[in-house]
Amino acid sequence: MASEARGPQGFETAIHTGPGTVAEFHHKRSAVSQIRHVLHQTPSIVPLLVLIVAIVVFGLILGGRFFSAYALTLILQQVAITGIVGAAQSLVVLTAGIDLSVGAIMVLTSVVMGQFTFRYGLPPFFAVACGIGVGALIGYINGFLVARVKLPPFIVTLGMWQIVLATNFLYSANETIRAQDIETKAPLLQIFGETVRVGGAVLTYGAIMMLVIVFALAYVLRQTAWGRHVYAVGDDPLAAELAGVQVKRVLISVYVCAGVICALAGWALIGRLGSVSPTSGQFENINSITAVVIGGISLFGGRGSILGMLFGALIVGVFSLGLGMYGTDPQWTYLLIGILIIAAVAVDQWIRKAAA
Amino acid sequence: MEPILKARGLVKRYGRVTALDECDFDLYPGEILAVIGDNGAGKSSLIKALSGAVRPDEGQIFLDGTEVHFGSPLEAREAGIETVYQNLALSPALSIADNMFLGREIRRPGFMGQYLRMLDHKAMGRIAREKLNDLGLLTIQNIDQPVETLSGGQRQGVAVARAAAFGSRVVIMDEPTAALGVKESRKVLELIQDVRSRGLPIVLISHNMPHVFEVADRIHVHRLGKRLCVIDPKLASMNDAVALMTGAKQPEASLMAA
Repeated sequence: MASEARGPQGFETAIHTGPGTVAEFHHKRSAVSQIRHVLHQTPSIVPLLVLIVAIVVFGLILGGRFFSAYALTLILQQVAITGIVGAAQSLVVLTAGIDLSVGAIMVLTSVVMGQFTFRYGLPPFFAVACGIGVGALIGYINGFLVARVKLPPFIVTLGMWQIVLATNFLYSANETIRAQDIETKAPLLQIFGETVRVGGAVLTYGAIMMLVIVFALAYVLRQTAWGRHVYAVGDDPLAAELAGVQVKRVLISVYVCAGVICALAGWALIGRLGSVSPTSGQFENINSITAVVIGGISLFGGRGSILGMLFGALIVGVFSLGLGMYGTDPQWTYLLIGILIIAAVAVDQWIRKAAA
Repeated sequence: MEPILKARGLVKRYGRVTALDECDFDLYPGEILAVIGDNGAGKSSLIKALSGAVRPDEGQIFLDGTEVHFGSPLEAREAGIETVYQNLALSPALSIADNMFLGREIRRPGFMGQYLRMLDHKAMGRIAREKLNDLGLLTIQNIDQPVETLSGGQRQGVAVARAAAFGSRVVIMDEPTAALGVKESRKVLELIQDVRSRGLPIVLISHNMPHVFEVADRIHVHRLGKRLCVIDPKLASMNDAVALMTGAKQPEASLMAA
């Protein structure tokens, strides 16, 4: 009794008579769109180019003074803390979040490591483990509030920043542990301040740790399932969930990881300063976000690489050292970095159009 | 015959809106069951309940006779139910291969995979390419290109290929031809029949009556949050189907599927 024709419709018979080739595109890409395409694939190229240009320019202006193994490794030393905290920040930003509490976690964990050793007389190794545990715990609370309670990361970490910083001052009673005391009683706390010399190059263990963390994370993000899931969650959490990614678990693990890395930064901070000071490291929040943004990691999540963050941190280091050696007012550094931040985000937006 | 996927008395409310109202559902082994219904009839809610994307407020779901409670799409997937969602559930910045293997990545054998958890990009790329070739739906120059560089039809192809490749019990497709051209739609319909001939039952949600009547063995008509009736496409006409789902006609025994 059905009246309509079933099966392929009449007009579909033409399908099989047409040429068998499926749509192919002969793009005549202009040079500009070709560049954009390449940048879209590997966004860390931009900061790498800026870094190389900056080094070359300062090298030409300042000559051998700047272009020496000593000066270049000095930059690495100076960005070590920012680089480590930036690695934690990168993880969070890749999930389309932001962590404003990274600097505060770093300071609190360094205070915990110091006070546990000197106030309670715990073995330094155990105190360091406790510091890392505190970092992980704060990270877990951040992650829980973001993933389970579904609060915006900006608000959660803004609150956590204040809470952690206040805890830091209350707990430490604003008391600094002197470098000499640490040196005699608990040298383990200062280990990341020790240096290795290779010719003129001077590297602290802190700088080496930064490089190890960055390269390890670069591997994890690129080569493991967890890393791919971090990108998927930042890209489109709904799609990731439907495709079978455990979004909440990934988010929480990212914040815990960030907390642990911040605690390592806290340990490195003791090495850098020699002492444990609850008032140190106030600018690492902003520095880490600066490194991430200049490094081409998109604040909208899912795009960018952690190597870009390293280049971003190094660009800031090169500018500070180069302009410092040149003898300008340090405000010029901030001015230039401000321009770079805005330029980096503008480039990110431009690159995104390649997808459209 | 026992249904492979069965639901009884499903209820899902969103605030004061009742999307599913004591809804029943039966899918038999080896068949293509089409689900049709007006916009807002609750088709998507039914599909989401079956695929684990939402948890029904009341009611039971049985897979192969045993009751299941899916807390997430991952659990449904592990039970062998693959779904092609209307929004495709692809991550735009990830590559085609990454997307196909999202949540079920293959690790390298040996030390690298076991301890360093390194992914086997080569194997995943090869399998992804094979699956897409089986589908014959698209020419992909590069399996590592990000999904956002693909056209709408190509993305649909990736999503369909992913479900067809990994579904072991049931494949659910929500509007799989909605974004496709005539030729690509034909490919997807052939693929659906291909999947059925491998013995895998399919739930097909579609507004396209010619497509539904061409491939479906039975048609589940959804109206006002519940199953109105199940008709046999050999007995009923497209007019009957549209009349039933819009409420212009009451179910008649002569059109029902056995």
